[in-house]
Amino acid sequence: MNESQTPPPPEPNPSSDPQTPPTRRDLRADLPPTPPAHGAQEPAAYPSSVPPLPPVPPLPPEPVADPDFPPAREPIGAPEVLDEGTYTQLREPRGGLALDGTWHQISPKYVVSQLVQEIALLVIVAVAAVVVASLSGQWWPWLVGGAIAAATIVSLIILPRQAKALGFMLRGDDIVFRRGILWQRLIAVPYGRMQLIDITHGPLDRVFGISKLKMVTAAASTGVEVPGLATPAAEALRDTLIEVAETRRTGL
Amino acid sequence: MTTPEPRAHGRVAQLLLDGGSSNLADGEWHRLHPLTPLFKGGLVFIIVLGIVFANLRDRLIYLAVGLFAPHEMSSEIEIDSDDPVSRALDWIIGNNLIVLVLVGLVVIVAIVIVCYWLVWRFQQFRITDENVEVKKGIIFRSQRRAPLDRVQGVNLTRPFPARLIGMAKLTLEGAGTGADVALEYLATNRAEQVRADILRLASGVRQAKAEARAPEQDSSVGGTFSRGVTNIIAGVDNDDVVPESVVRIPLGRLIGSQAITGLLWLMFFFVLIIAFVIVPVAIFEDGADKWIILAVTALTTGIPMVIAAVAIVWSALSKGFRYSIAPTPDGVRVSSGMLTTVTRTIPPGRVHAVEVTQNLLWRPFGWWSVRINRMGGQQASQQNSSQAATAAMILPVGTRADAERVVSLLLPAAPTGDQLFVWEHGVLGPQEADPFTVIPKRAYFWHWLQRGRLGVRVTSFAMLVRRGRLGRRLAVFPLARIQGVSVSQGLFARAQRLAHLRAHTVPGPVSGEVRALEMDDAQRLADLIGRGALAAAENDSTHRWASTRSPS
Repeated sequence: MNESQTPPPPEPNPSSDPQTPPTRRDLRADLPPTPPAHGAQEPAAYPSSVPPLPPVPPLPPEPVADPDFPPAREPIGAPEVLDEGTYTQLREPRGGLALDGTWHQISPKYVVSQLVQEIALLVIVAVAAVVVASLSGQWWPWLVGGAIAAATIVSLIILPRQAKALGFMLRGDDIVFRRGILWQRLIAVPYGRMQLIDITHGPLDRVFGISKLKMVTAAASTGVEVPGLATPAAEALRDTLIEVAETRRTGL
Repeated sequence: MTTPEPRAHGRVAQLLLDGGSSNLADGEWHRLHPLTPLFKGGLVFIIVLGIVFANLRDRLIYLAVGLFAPHEMSSEIEIDSDDPVSRALDWIIGNNLIVLVLVGLVVIVAIVIVCYWLVWRFQQFRITDENVEVKKGIIFRSQRRAPLDRVQGVNLTRPFPARLIGMAKLTLEGAGTGADVALEYLATNRAEQVRADILRLASGVRQAKAEARAPEQDSSVGGTFSRGVTNIIAGVDNDDVVPESVVRIPLGRLIGSQAITGLLWLMFFFVLIIAFVIVPVAIFEDGADKWIILAVTALTTGIPMVIAAVAIVWSALSKGFRYSIAPTPDGVRVSSGMLTTVTRTIPPGRVHAVEVTQNLLWRPFGWWSVRINRMGGQQASQQNSSQAATAAMILPVGTRADAERVVSLLLPAAPTGDQLFVWEHGVLGPQEADPFTVIPKRAYFWHWLQRGRLGVRVTSFAMLVRRGRLGRRLAVFPLARIQGVSVSQGLFARAQRLAHLRAHTVPGPVSGEVRALEMDDAQRLADLIGRGALAAAENDSTHRWASTRSPS
């Protein structure tokens, strides 16, 4: 993903010549009746109308170089509004995956909004624990409440770090999304693969003027979600993405 | 999608010169087979009849005896009238309401019949050159439209009861959850014609092209697959010819392949039982009880085992019985099944990943199976079911030659040079001068068995993932279908400078993840795959596979 930053490992012998005569027996040529390597005992009795398999070129003695694909295009112009009032320093783990380019980040309001939600949850859990414990006279509600509270507090502590590690980059052909510090993930989705873009904002998000943008592709596992974008930024991003996707549309 | 309706008709008539082999693909609304309501409602009727019969069995016998052998009748026969149906019947007879009840029954049956007839009457479909549309419902009308260039496959299902009266269900698989469009039921031969028409329309065959091709119609069907399905298309006349299967699965191999894995488990349990029940009993028990206990154990364990063995054989048979796979102008046609015959047609370019696998027990026999990932329009609940697993299985078992044929059918656009990477280097494992990027030595700790084998290779056409030393697996992901590529790294991986690479495709059994690669390798490959996917997608026109270039 980053040709420029990380030095690419030595190319596996670019001087290979695919036309070199075979150095091993061509396994395909003598498949029936006794294939040497895997012992299939099928004396192929196929209908004569079956077209013959295309011949296989001989094994090259050396590893073959990677194919040559056209280089990536110049990054697309990102709207100004994407970088208004966001974090400015991406939090990256030392010695982790890295990628050159301009990262766009999310709004710090996301942390505040999440904070309010989590604290509300803490209060609810505390009240519930008090009520249940005093009504039943047992001690276990404190245990359950304490466990939930501890988990919430831990997630509160790492939340700002997580928010600073969220980022996306608009490259020439694809959008790259990254998240996580301890467990880091970078995903590149070509613009032409986007099926739809979803913007959601809950009641609390509206108060803080942020929204969540979600990109849906045919693969369920891509899961690109950018929470905590300022609403104008989310809308600008959506419009940009749709515009670019329109020109790069491909099949599924 | 904005095609005005009158134009649609005209264009279809133009498109299929002969008006289509089924004369259903003319842009007009049509109804399904008139027996559909009977078949759908008939099942309910049979169930109701069954319940009634089960409840009134005694009474019916009594009646029959009364009719045919009155002299045997004795007033002592007591009918057990505890169940509600009998009691209701008694009450009706007691109050002389039989006529009323009979009239009521007739009215109810008539209403049911009319309802089903109405449902049938209001269900219509039409096939235009852009869409297949189905509208149904009386009060809640629904209209579903499936764009033809997003059709992921056409399935012809013939459930056993429907087969008896020569009807079949045609399912168009759309791209998306719950996007299937089903036409049930059509007469079998008509369903086949409709399938051919739909696929021809979907292929984007333009009239001009069809005319230009007419003189050389019989030239190239026998050509090799490697020239691609695009080249195989030699015109309309070959559509209805049933193509010959390129793979034969002998019955013995089919059963053997399933049995060898299933029976192994049975053997395992058998050994367990012998070790923990039979042997202790034989040693420690004395007297006559010993033999009784042994017999009971043998029966209680033996019978379920026999049932399990039969089930294994049965599932093998139902999966691969009468299996055939053949290239047609409209894609690969796979059919199999014993009682319910399923014929799936997968148009070119709808295969998102292919995996060749061989488990350890199959290795002495040289058997392989082939699975694919593709976009199906099933509901989410069906996606993880065994049905979906069966649908993903393209070749249940075959020799290496079979598997090679199937893979080249599924990926007609693959250059011949790639087969080398798939088979010699990919499936059969690392050989000298291995072109795959494998995991580094320091990652052996995580993948000890797969050391030197777990690896990736990117060719100009596809990304290949080689996995598994005992059970060998090789996955092929055509670059033109890859939806995204990700690199991830956890805490431990970072300490070791490793990273996990993953190519994302539509959901399916084939996974595109390669764990514990060298970090730099993973990033370089991700970049390579990203650029390759883009280049491949731009040159790809398989969603309208027969037209010269993509219309969109």
